[in-house]
Amino acid sequence: MSLSTYLKSSIGEKTLMAVTGIFLILFVIGHMLGNLQVFVGPEYLNAYAAQLQNLGPLLWAIRLFLLTTMVIHIWAAAKVVRRSVTARPVKYAMQKDVATNFAAKTMLVSGGLILVFVVYHVLHFTSGNIDPIGAFADTHTEEGADVYAMVVTSFQHLPTTIIYSLSMILLCMHISHGASSLVQTLGWRRCSSNCTDKIGPVLAGFLLVGNLSIPLSIYFGLIP
Amino acid sequence: MKITLHVWRQKDVNSVGKMQRREVNDISQDMSFLEMLDKVNEDIIIEGGEPIAFDHDCREGICGMCSMMINGRAHGPDDGTTTCQLHMRSFQDGDAIHIEPFRARAFPVVRDLVVDRSSFDRIVQAGGFISANTGGCQDANSQLIPKIDSDLAMDAAACIGCGACVASCPNGSAMLFVAAKMGHLANLPQGQPERYTRARNMITQMDAEGFGACSNHYECEASCPKDIPVTFIGDMNRDVLKANTCSSAK
Amino acid sequence: MAFNLDSKTPEGPLADKWTNHLFNMKLVNPANKRKFNVIVVGSGLAGASAAASLSELGYSVDCFCFQDTPRRAHSIAAQGGINAAKNYPNDGDSVRRLFYDTIKGGDYRAREANVYRLAEVSNSIIDQCVAQGVPFARDYGGLLDNRSFGGAQVSRTFYARGQTGQQLLIGAYQALSKEIAKGGVTMHTRTEMLDVVTVDGQAKGIITRDLVSGEIKRHAADAVLLCTGGYSNVFYLSTNAMGSNVTAAFRAHKKGAGFANPCYTQIHPTCIPVSSEHQSKLTLMSESLRNDGRVWVPKSKSDGRPPADIPEDERDYYLERRYPSFGNLVPRDVASRAAKERCDEGFGVGESGLAVYLDFADAIERLGEDTIRARYGNLFQMYEKITAENPYKVPMRIFPAVHYTMGGLWVDYNLQTTVPGLFALGECNFSDHGANRLGASALMQGLADGYFVAPYTVSNYLGEHGEMQADKKVTTTHPAFDEAEAAVVARTERLMAVNGTQSIDSFHKRLGLIMWDNCGMGRTKETLTKALEEIPKLREEFWNDVRIPGDDKEFNIEVEKANRVADFLEFAETMCLDALTREESCGGHFREEHQSADGEAQRDDENFAVASVWEYKGEGERPELSLEQLEFENVKLTTRSYK
Repeated sequence: MSLSTYLKSSIGEKTLMAVTGIFLILFVIGHMLGNLQVFVGPEYLNAYAAQLQNLGPLLWAIRLFLLTTMVIHIWAAAKVVRRSVTARPVKYAMQKDVATNFAAKTMLVSGGLILVFVVYHVLHFTSGNIDPIGAFADTHTEEGADVYAMVVTSFQHLPTTIIYSLSMILLCMHISHGASSLVQTLGWRRCSSNCTDKIGPVLAGFLLVGNLSIPLSIYFGLIP
Repeated sequence: MKITLHVWRQKDVNSVGKMQRREVNDISQDMSFLEMLDKVNEDIIIEGGEPIAFDHDCREGICGMCSMMINGRAHGPDDGTTTCQLHMRSFQDGDAIHIEPFRARAFPVVRDLVVDRSSFDRIVQAGGFISANTGGCQDANSQLIPKIDSDLAMDAAACIGCGACVASCPNGSAMLFVAAKMGHLANLPQGQPERYTRARNMITQMDAEGFGACSNHYECEASCPKDIPVTFIGDMNRDVLKANTCSSAK
Repeated sequence: MAFNLDSKTPEGPLADKWTNHLFNMKLVNPANKRKFNVIVVGSGLAGASAAASLSELGYSVDCFCFQDTPRRAHSIAAQGGINAAKNYPNDGDSVRRLFYDTIKGGDYRAREANVYRLAEVSNSIIDQCVAQGVPFARDYGGLLDNRSFGGAQVSRTFYARGQTGQQLLIGAYQALSKEIAKGGVTMHTRTEMLDVVTVDGQAKGIITRDLVSGEIKRHAADAVLLCTGGYSNVFYLSTNAMGSNVTAAFRAHKKGAGFANPCYTQIHPTCIPVSSEHQSKLTLMSESLRNDGRVWVPKSKSDGRPPADIPEDERDYYLERRYPSFGNLVPRDVASRAAKERCDEGFGVGESGLAVYLDFADAIERLGEDTIRARYGNLFQMYEKITAENPYKVPMRIFPAVHYTMGGLWVDYNLQTTVPGLFALGECNFSDHGANRLGASALMQGLADGYFVAPYTVSNYLGEHGEMQADKKVTTTHPAFDEAEAAVVARTERLMAVNGTQSIDSFHKRLGLIMWDNCGMGRTKETLTKALEEIPKLREEFWNDVRIPGDDKEFNIEVEKANRVADFLEFAETMCLDALTREESCGGHFREEHQSADGEAQRDDENFAVASVWEYKGEGERPELSLEQLEFENVKLTTRSYK
């Protein structure tokens, strides 16, 4: 079996999903750590944002890499789903699940909604094409961008806080199953250690607390 | 006991099947589930109908022939049990019981609840063996095998090939079966020479049979009558990955 | 015409017979082997191992089984283990000792040379299985572990948890799968053999029914091997799988294969008793339970009290009373008969009165519940799953059940039946266990026949009689095939045409009752005569009133069953006749007229040190008896005593 044949096999597709998943999770972690600077103060967050902007071509390379990773992740997911749908042409009249969980069963839905959110998020905070309360326009002037102000203003707006909070819940649900799964898919799980099953939920828990803390703190006025 | 059965009836592989309802009386708590079906069939025959076809043979939980989805679970509601070991005392008087065949593209229905699981045989034929011809083998004790390895191989070898893992998997995946077959041989020194070719070939055949992909729901483990753990799937994934990426894994 | 029962036992001292024979047998040139087609019917330990081994040699093999895959044959259900004379524990075992124990355990009714060869090849079986990856139990040093079993004073049993049969069968199945992948074996699953085709007295093929499509098919071959197991299901209730049947062996018998010692039935003492009339199957509990359990019944008849309320002095520990030195560990046949005796006298327990207690209370008090759980946990769990009673608190109820048949098709030293070219392997033949089989010997025999005997002896036959030229070979267009197929079709049509009112199972149950009551654990002239009157009546009723729903040209479980039950109905008569003719008690055959004053079996070595071989003479006709005299040159015939 050549590598390309392998990648087209059911386990190969899963491997692709797992490897791209690792990069995406790393991105989510990095993204969160960067954003948490909102708690330190405006100058830190704005300096961080400016630094990213100053990366120039490297920034685009990173963006391209993440985009490719995401496309592969979705493509592999589509293949896996197609394989599974065709594997059972006649459905059960009654089927009870006993071992799986809500997150695992809704990977497709959570994944799809996360994709929608990512597009929305980029159009909202990166390009400013979507700007419901004018926060982007107000904070991006010719002298530069005040990202801190943009974030704080945006999350004082209830619908935005709700959209972002729900999306973070979906993202963490996705990761809670995905992270545990990738350990299994890549064969990193050692026999009879159940702790690997907890990797996903624990990681997702941290990400949820970190990511939700920003919009909620702002909305409830904990950040001026 | 009185129960209402909803059973899948299908004449042959090319026909369209449907669920059929039947009221059943005089069921004793001590009957096994299959004895209940025996009684139903006896009644159907006397009435002039055609009995419900289902697979069964040893009726002691080891041959792996009995199948059936019972109330949405492979081999019924009890854990670590095959259909033939299930007893009517696991049900209540007045219960409705839904019985369907194991469903998967790779398990076409032969008739009623009987399915064709020869895809499993073809996966084994693709490489699930050790090529040791009869005769000329060294003395059985000439190779020491650590007890822990041989016990692990035995855990995997306990698979009875019933197909409950496929039936209960939301994706119709056969990963637990294939992992058990590989795990049995990969944990023994005798299995090493062909370890990675075996991994490649069995997976290729598994995919060719049209089984679904694993997305780690672990329903297979929960429904396995021999409690084979999904850790073997992780081991298999590692072997398959290694078989395709490491030049040392030939 | 009586059979010529030449056993073809080779000359020379016992220990050299097989070696000499191996040298004297004909070989087939490797390039010519693929010109020979061999049919193997059955895919259990004997069938799968034979089919794989013959294909490895280069023969073109067709293998048949009625299950959906060859891995499900009933060899899979054996729990305990497999014997071999490895002497790994250094406790004094040897080929000779295994031979002696097996001959003695069989109550001196087996052929010496065959049994010796079995013991001789036993060690190679273990080597072969380990090489195939059978995960036998090991000790902490990584060496193979052994346990002890009934009828032997050495530990020679290799085991894989409680699933030895399944692991050995998977080993053979994997070897078979390897040969299927190579193209050496063509596997025919869900296919049942319905007749043997003979041309000029030689087996040249078989007629089968495809159980999915109902199609009747012909298959030609240069040799046919029957590896189709035993006939315990003639009793309806047994520990055999539901599909186990006598059909292949009996159809071969009709075509001229002698049937030897059909009355030898092994009844296992520790099974879970029948709980209702709907019972379809009996479940065996390992005989190891008797190491710690005490068997008893109440001293007063129909004592309705729960077992815990019956005081010690009102309990009858009958095995300990009758056999003080062996106590609860007497051999299977003795324990079974003693239980039956108590129940017949009205001391049985449970709703049916057909059960005795196997009590672990003393052992639990002495050793603690944890120790008992460690030793027998899985068996206790299995018991609880079936009966919903907790054996740690309430004594188990057990009763004997049929689980193996020592009788089978008569074979010579080459495992060839009285029909040239037709071989019988494993439980299907009669050769190695005499009148009683020891625990852990069935697996040994199946694999010995398949891996290490048949590949040589079948080659010998083909080397001598095989037709190599393609244009001279018998093909399926031969008139003998027309005739055999027509007979099979006619019989099926006759069955379908009856269109009566009673189900097949109801006939099978009635036959089972007749056999169990009259030809079961204890047999008398009176009961056997009664059975011989009842069976033909039942058979006639069957052929006039059986109801087979549906069509025979489709997947129809009732057609399968009808064919099998029809054969049992004929075969049962031969079995009773054999039991009636054998005027002695030996091993699993207990004629109540032939017992000592204290109720023990009494052999008649002068008149019955023989294999009784029956020749089929037509339906309802009395089969003709031929005898093979058993010569014992290496062992002394003694009476077994367990007092």
